[in-house]
Amino acid sequence: MSKPQPNPRPGFVLDVDRQTPPILFHHGEGFRMEKLPVGRSRVIYPSEPLAGLKDPDEAILNAVLNPIDDDPLPSLLKPGMKLTIAFDDVSLPLPMMVKPDVRQRIIAAVLDLAAEAGIDDVHLIAALALHRRMTERELRHAVGDRVYEAFAPHGQLYNHDAEDPDGMVILGETRHGETVQMSKRAAESDLVIYVNINLVSMDGGWKSTATGLSGYAGVRVHHNPETMRKSKSFMDQEKSELHKSNWRQGDVIKNHGPRIFEIETTLNTNTFGYDGPLAMLQKREWEWDFRDRAKFTAMQAGLKRMSGAQRRKAFHSWRAPYEITSVQAGEVEAVHQKTTEMVYRQHIVPVAGQTDILTMGLPYICPYNVNSIMNPILVAVQGLGYFFNLYKGKPLVRAGGVLIMSHPTPWEFNPVHHPSYVDFFEQVLAETKDPVVMAKKYEKQYAEDEWYRHLYRTSNAYHGVHPFYMWYWCTHALEHLGAVIIVGGDPKATRRLGFKPASTLQDALEMAEDVVGPAPSVTHLHNPPILMAEVS
Amino acid sequence: MSTIASQLAGKRIAITGGTGFLGTALIERLMRLVPDCHIILLVRPGKRSTPTERARREIFRNDVFHRMIQERDETPRQAPSFWAEVDHRVTVVAGDVSTDGLGLDDNDRAIFASADIVIHSAATVSFDAPLDGAIEVNLLGPTRVAQALQELEASPHMVAISTCYVAGNRRGNASEQLLSDSPFDIDVSWRSEVDFARRCRTDFDAQSRSTDRLGEFRKRAGSELGAAGTPLLSAKTEQYRKRWVSEQLVEAGRARAASLGWPDSYAYTKALGERALNECKGDIPVSIVRPAIIESAWSEPKPGWIKGFRMAEPILISYAQGLLREFPGVPEGVVDVIPVDIVVAAIIGVAAEGPSQDGTINVTQVASGTRNPLKYRNLVELVNGWFTENPLYDKRGQPIAVAEFSFPGRGAVERQLNWAYKTLDRADRGLKLLPLRGKHAMFNTQIEDKMEQVERARAYVKIYGAYAECEALYGVENLVAMHNRLDPADQEHLACDPAIVNWDHYVTGIHLPSVVEHARVKTKPHASDPDARSKRLRKRVLAPERHLAAFDLENTIIASNVVFSYAWLATRNLGPADRLKFTLKTLQEGPGLLALDARDRTDFLRHFYRRYDGAPVAEMDRLGQELLADHILTKAFPAAIRRVRKHRELGHRTVLITGALNIVVDPLKPLFDDVICAEMSIRDGRYTGELLSVPPTGEVRAQALRDYADANNFDLTESVAYADSSSDLPLLDAVGFPVAVNPETRLASLAVKRGWLIEYWSKAKGNTDRVLPLGPLPSLRKSRR
Repeated sequence: MSKPQPNPRPGFVLDVDRQTPPILFHHGEGFRMEKLPVGRSRVIYPSEPLAGLKDPDEAILNAVLNPIDDDPLPSLLKPGMKLTIAFDDVSLPLPMMVKPDVRQRIIAAVLDLAAEAGIDDVHLIAALALHRRMTERELRHAVGDRVYEAFAPHGQLYNHDAEDPDGMVILGETRHGETVQMSKRAAESDLVIYVNINLVSMDGGWKSTATGLSGYAGVRVHHNPETMRKSKSFMDQEKSELHKSNWRQGDVIKNHGPRIFEIETTLNTNTFGYDGPLAMLQKREWEWDFRDRAKFTAMQAGLKRMSGAQRRKAFHSWRAPYEITSVQAGEVEAVHQKTTEMVYRQHIVPVAGQTDILTMGLPYICPYNVNSIMNPILVAVQGLGYFFNLYKGKPLVRAGGVLIMSHPTPWEFNPVHHPSYVDFFEQVLAETKDPVVMAKKYEKQYAEDEWYRHLYRTSNAYHGVHPFYMWYWCTHALEHLGAVIIVGGDPKATRRLGFKPASTLQDALEMAEDVVGPAPSVTHLHNPPILMAEVS
Repeated sequence: MSTIASQLAGKRIAITGGTGFLGTALIERLMRLVPDCHIILLVRPGKRSTPTERARREIFRNDVFHRMIQERDETPRQAPSFWAEVDHRVTVVAGDVSTDGLGLDDNDRAIFASADIVIHSAATVSFDAPLDGAIEVNLLGPTRVAQALQELEASPHMVAISTCYVAGNRRGNASEQLLSDSPFDIDVSWRSEVDFARRCRTDFDAQSRSTDRLGEFRKRAGSELGAAGTPLLSAKTEQYRKRWVSEQLVEAGRARAASLGWPDSYAYTKALGERALNECKGDIPVSIVRPAIIESAWSEPKPGWIKGFRMAEPILISYAQGLLREFPGVPEGVVDVIPVDIVVAAIIGVAAEGPSQDGTINVTQVASGTRNPLKYRNLVELVNGWFTENPLYDKRGQPIAVAEFSFPGRGAVERQLNWAYKTLDRADRGLKLLPLRGKHAMFNTQIEDKMEQVERARAYVKIYGAYAECEALYGVENLVAMHNRLDPADQEHLACDPAIVNWDHYVTGIHLPSVVEHARVKTKPHASDPDARSKRLRKRVLAPERHLAAFDLENTIIASNVVFSYAWLATRNLGPADRLKFTLKTLQEGPGLLALDARDRTDFLRHFYRRYDGAPVAEMDRLGQELLADHILTKAFPAAIRRVRKHRELGHRTVLITGALNIVVDPLKPLFDDVICAEMSIRDGRYTGELLSVPPTGEVRAQALRDYADANNFDLTESVAYADSSSDLPLLDAVGFPVAVNPETRLASLAVKRGWLIEYWSKAKGNTDRVLPLGPLPSLRKSRR
């Protein structure tokens, strides 16, 4: 698979037998090759990357000129109007993609149309909700240098500030009493164009505007343990309470908010390239050729010689050669339906039946540590929040089963990006692992803390409440699982999370047997590249 | 009633030295056994207490009186009839035996003159007291008492307490006679000894003020405190000067004593005191009681009663802790120990029997050496055996094995200890030169700890070694005869024959358990919580009643300094080539800057801030925000930030006091209630590089905090301060609850000595470290379009 396949193979479930080679486990800024128990293990592989669009720029133009359930964009653009272009923040896509970024292409196209229509009042907002502010470098990467230099110096390109006392408005309440909050600039615009990158099935749709341009008041209504408990999974729109809540908020925006023109895009799973130094990571192990093996061995040897910080720097400098598989624009819900179809086409892998033990290798990156450290809380959310929830139907692992994840889980934090995480880990998690208890006792204190607020607004810190959301994300998994084991993690940090540390996968499997009984079935989620299991 | 009790009934007995070990025991026994006597106590006023308060606290609250209190069915906390009796039977007068006329006022003089018996027990018992002090108290004290009585035209029976060791360093019998009657007497004029001692004080004081010496003291103060500012350094220098004078006087006393054949200045001054008293007593009838080494009680008021940490106790405990592995002594020699209750009984006996009829001085020695000797080897075996059975435990909960003595000579032990001390001293000096911080700096404290232990051991050997080697045998014929004259009832209550002591039982059953109990050492095998102390201190620091917390910035909240911040700001707009130049230049200047910083922080800051001359204000303010994210927060200690917030949560006011510039500090403002920092003047929208006022460092910082506290009505004794270096000492000294954060070596040892909370805070792990932090490359702006 050294070049795009004309007919990419779909995802695949391998039953492990004596001939199966060791399986690749991502392990933070490194990898482990693990033998899985013969005769009772299976490995779920993602689909191969779908073919990308030949001419993305033309596809973009086509999408905005022929939108779904909406008027063509040029007809919506009027001279003298107030136009806001909001776009997804640095948490998408993962890893950062090679230049030009999808957002850059779309924003350039939209701005050209706006210029033709003679619109001067244009603001570009990174719709980051309670995420950290993007740095200049990151903004330049997302929108391109030309746009950055034309708008940023005049204060027309900036990060969303959910804590700006004069910058937020309440649009109303849903029929369930959920507050809908929005950036004042966006709310007062004649038209908001939202530029989305839909990496996984929970992204996009009303979540773009209802959450992305909102603040604590609007986000807390669905970012809580109760909503998470009712979302099985939050990646599955029909069964996600999180999704439903966002859609209810969307209704309020439709009725009381600005007109939204949604532009959504989907990417394929070409995360590590068809060729190049990491290409073997998206191949199946028995198909590795000599060059793959040599490159992998060399990489492992090189990584061993690097310091933690050097390894992190090396990995975070990787730019994924993602290709755009679809662009659709127009009315939010109709657009998102099409988007979701495309995401599922790339991600869904049918799997028959649940497993006793689910194993996964966690990579170096998750949505919240771009150019940063994957701290223990992010390790938990990556495994129990994201990977665990990448299912439709039933969870991959049975109720009371064991999740084994592999990650070094160092007791390390980025004090600039994650200041409230440090304190959450030292204070809150030391006291309780129960999402409901911590929500009641500590959430408000962290959410309204002046210092965290100051850092969120002026520095590059996640909002004070953000670590709580990370832990809420794990609610469903924490309730469902019998035990969580981290292989190769820092034992102290692992225990603080409430998980069990194991030094090898074999140890972990033996420990798991104490919970699920002898000769358990094992399933390995071979992710990334991303896959979503449809479990029957 | 016993005969003695009836003899003393109705008598007024004046006592000096009542707050001492022997004096307190004496008062208790008199009050308990002689119900009708009245006691007059001559007590020196304390620094902050009247003589009456001192007497109550130091004498009557002592557990020696618990027996009396219990016999009245009262408890120490609730003893109204006991206190009523004290008020009724005891009169306290203010006086001082080291002043002529005893410093009595007219009223007290009359009370003192009304005494029927005066027991003079006041003495400087420290074996290493400065010569002049020992002379004033031990030599002149008895004479002053006698002369005061003569002036008052009173002639009570005076019982002067001396010591067996007045006999000097010699082998063989030393009988109960005045020194002048002894064949070994050296004719020394006590008056010239007094003159000599007083001149010594003046001479050494003058020497200590010579230019060279003062320079030396200043240097030592500087090396201990670093750049702590002039006021603290001067105070320390003066402390060193006084200490030096005192040390010289101690040495002079020891040398003079040795030259005349006494083991130390205590025995020497006591001996001459006897001589002076004999010469000046006039018509006052005098008896002398000479105890040997007084130790815990044999039976009265209860076995093992002891007050204070006495001569043998520190040695015993050091031995049990494994610190002292050898002690000089002759194995077949005699250790002349005598329980305190036997000495008390002897004094009461002598007082009751009255002076000799012929006007000469009666001498009674209270010693065990001839009558019931305790051999050094026997003592060592008993101690060794007992501590093997009942070991002390180290902080990990392991029993400490005690060493076998090999009875080396004093010289060998001293040489060994000197060598150990020198080695440690070298290591200590070496470490002090290294820029250590936090836990590493604690190596130094450990070495200083060890040095102190060795130093203490060395002092014991120097001071007490002579006693362990002393082979004089003190005759007790008068004592035994007096015991035999007692009626049978008194022989039970006031036994003064040393033969009643069973040494095996005394050492292992009475004395050692009592010593261990008083020494506050670990006698249980559980490991102690290594953080227990920190936890306790932290709780006090974070108590709700504290109300102000002051913080230093550099190395207390962030691991950075003004140079680093400047480097970041200065390079933010530089290209790669200029950055290299800048780095090389800064590194080249580094050592010079550091040296200037170590000398005087204010000069350093002024000198350094000149570099900001011409920097545009608006641009600097913008960069300041960036600096926070890119540099300051990555270098910050999350635990420090948490601590600031914790104080605020508790309702304490928090204030940052730093010599750093407002440009750097402004982004941190929301963390604190208030910020006091260095500010530069501005001309035409540009910084001038000149400070508006003296930057808050050293003593200025302490003053800034005082001013702040005054302005806001805060009490500094209820306030907390956090800082990292000895240059912050004035700030730390100013508050009631100082906290040393990642202290450098000097502050680490000071903090340990003064019992301050020490916090070790570190940066968030996993972030890159740069030698010189530079701003991110600005090349982004010119990147391809």
